[in-house]
Amino acid sequence: MASGERTAFENPVVEWIDSRLPIFTMMQKEYGVFPTPKNFNYFWNFGAIAMVMLMIMLVTGIFLAMHYTAHTSMAFDSVERIMRDVNSGWLIRYIHMNGASFFFIAVYIHMFRGMYYGSFKKPRELLWILGVLIFVLMMATAFMGYVLPWGQMSYWGATVITNLFSAIPFVGDSIVTLLWGGFSVDNPTLNRFFALHYLMPFVIFAVVFLHVWALHVTGSNNPLGIEPKGKQDTLPFHPYYTMKDTFGTIVFLFIYAFFVFYAPDYMGHPDNYIPADPLVTPAFIVPEWYFLPFYAMLRSITFGVNIYIGAGAVLAVLAMIPVYSKKTNKELNIGAMVGMFAVAGALFMLGYFAQLKNGAGEIMLNLPLADFFFVSAKLGGVAVMFGSLLLVALMPWLDTHGIRSARFRPLYKTALLVFVALTFVLGIAGGKPAEGLWVYIGQLATLYYLAFFLVILPLLSRFEKGRDLPPSIHEAVLQGAK
Amino acid sequence: MNPAKDTLAMSTTEVDLAPVQTGQSITVMWRGKPVFIRKRTAAEIEDAASVDMSVLVDKEADEARVQKPEWLVLVGICTHLGCVPVGQKPTDVKGEYNGWFCPCHGSHYDTSGRIRKGPAPKNLAVPPYEFISDTSIKIG
Ligand code: HEM
Ligand code: FES
Repeated sequence: MASGERTAFENPVVEWIDSRLPIFTMMQKEYGVFPTPKNFNYFWNFGAIAMVMLMIMLVTGIFLAMHYTAHTSMAFDSVERIMRDVNSGWLIRYIHMNGASFFFIAVYIHMFRGMYYGSFKKPRELLWILGVLIFVLMMATAFMGYVLPWGQMSYWGATVITNLFSAIPFVGDSIVTLLWGGFSVDNPTLNRFFALHYLMPFVIFAVVFLHVWALHVTGSNNPLGIEPKGKQDTLPFHPYYTMKDTFGTIVFLFIYAFFVFYAPDYMGHPDNYIPADPLVTPAFIVPEWYFLPFYAMLRSITFGVNIYIGAGAVLAVLAMIPVYSKKTNKELNIGAMVGMFAVAGALFMLGYFAQLKNGAGEIMLNLPLADFFFVSAKLGGVAVMFGSLLLVALMPWLDTHGIRSARFRPLYKTALLVFVALTFVLGIAGGKPAEGLWVYIGQLATLYYLAFFLVILPLLSRFEKGRDLPPSIHEAVLQGAK
Repeated sequence: MNPAKDTLAMSTTEVDLAPVQTGQSITVMWRGKPVFIRKRTAAEIEDAASVDMSVLVDKEADEARVQKPEWLVLVGICTHLGCVPVGQKPTDVKGEYNGWFCPCHGSHYDTSGRIRKGPAPKNLAVPPYEFISDTSIKIG
């Protein structure tokens, strides 16, 4: 970090400290004069907003922890006591509860920004991966936090999610016992979740630090996706972006405050105000809204991998290998690829219908060997759910197109916007009971999610021509955004 | 992080079966989980025993799942993702096979607790238990 060259500060106290630990020099360099592209739009606010949300969660969480009791017989009551008797307890809790939702809103927009403007591409791959890591840690933290009030949704959410690990072959059941510290979700589980829920935000804090450090090595991307070429393309971070970030944050906090004060339970589930009961499962279990797309993908895999689906998958991979390889576009045999995909699709459908039951509970298509599974439906669902996150982390290597910003890549832009729309559809599907039409809608959206990363991005990287890039940020800004 | 010794120590439960009537079910706790104990009616036993193996997802004969045909003892946890199926009370929905029904993702279990329809991969588990007298069992 900042060492070496240092100009003296006028204030003697600041200078005394800075000459021993150059923290002011560092702040000045990284947040004062830091050269920042001058064409940011409001999408660039969400990093700062996410940081503010993390701080809010840390502060309110620590105050909640002062009044919270991590024991199954007292947790629910201690949270109700926070709501009724602790001074401003209701406010602290509602800020924390809705803060989790708004933290996710900020981070989802922040991630969309990265995808749309190609911020994940070279040289920002590691920055992107650290971001995905923060996202995964946030999901774990929020999941464990939701267990703490020990309501019905807390308890049954914890049960269903920890049981996912039992899908892992051979060691699954032992892993679940290890997570629980017992034979079911119970007091040991609550205790460890509380300990981890307290710890993880600080781990997130550390990873955010690395994330920002990596950002300050490469510098920010911008809506045009071209690197600044000189002074005329950038502005000092302060006061230009400190102001813009402050403004955006205030607008965001207004919306957040609206929910805290006027609709604090809008995003929650009423069943979580019923104390946990290990003997009664609520009729309908849903996770928090920010998990719904992933939950939908988990439930979409209602079929196991039998010989037909397995063969289809292998064929699809074989068809894609030349695309992933270093072959030139001319060397690719498009006809063969399309043919292989057609056969793969047909095999997949065979394997799928051989497992689908009609209204009377009979298999729709009787095929030999179709009920021998290499991968069970349960394991398949878990693999797709975790794999969907891994694919996001791998994006820099799946989309290798030379142009970053979707502004100059109409095809990528369309594919990405469809992806976003279908992620919303997945979110809706995840919130419905898994039956009827929603199952099929969820399955189609899951198929697109996977194909977007594994097929569409690599193909577009090769074949999309893209528009001409402006010569520099400065010139593009002077001409006005087109 | 595995279960502590006192947690392990609570791992057996004794149940007095004398008050349970034919056609009645009770739920007891064993290792923090619900265990379903049902005194089955003759019709239910007949139903469970007469099922053709080939239609079962997880192929197990009824007699392999009970020690005494009238007493069915099951871990009341859906083998899909761990919800508690309904069907213990006479007024409950019992699913299409007249046993238990899991409301979470729609698994139907029969009168032997075997999975017949829905996403659950396995039959409801039979816990280890023994009859310590004619009318009481020890689970675990
Ligand atoms: C990454 C940041 C964090 C996230 C996403 C998060 C998320 C959550 C969520 C979703 C809940 C459940 C709210 C409810 O339904 O009542 C919760 C509860 C709780 N959290 Fe956090 N949290 C974070 C940071 C913290 C920190 C740093 C602490 C303490 C040091 C903390 C302490 C608590 C406590 C004591 C509860 C239980 C009380 C309650 O339910 O309101 N949290 N958290
Ligand atoms: S947990 Fe019972 S069907 Fe999913």
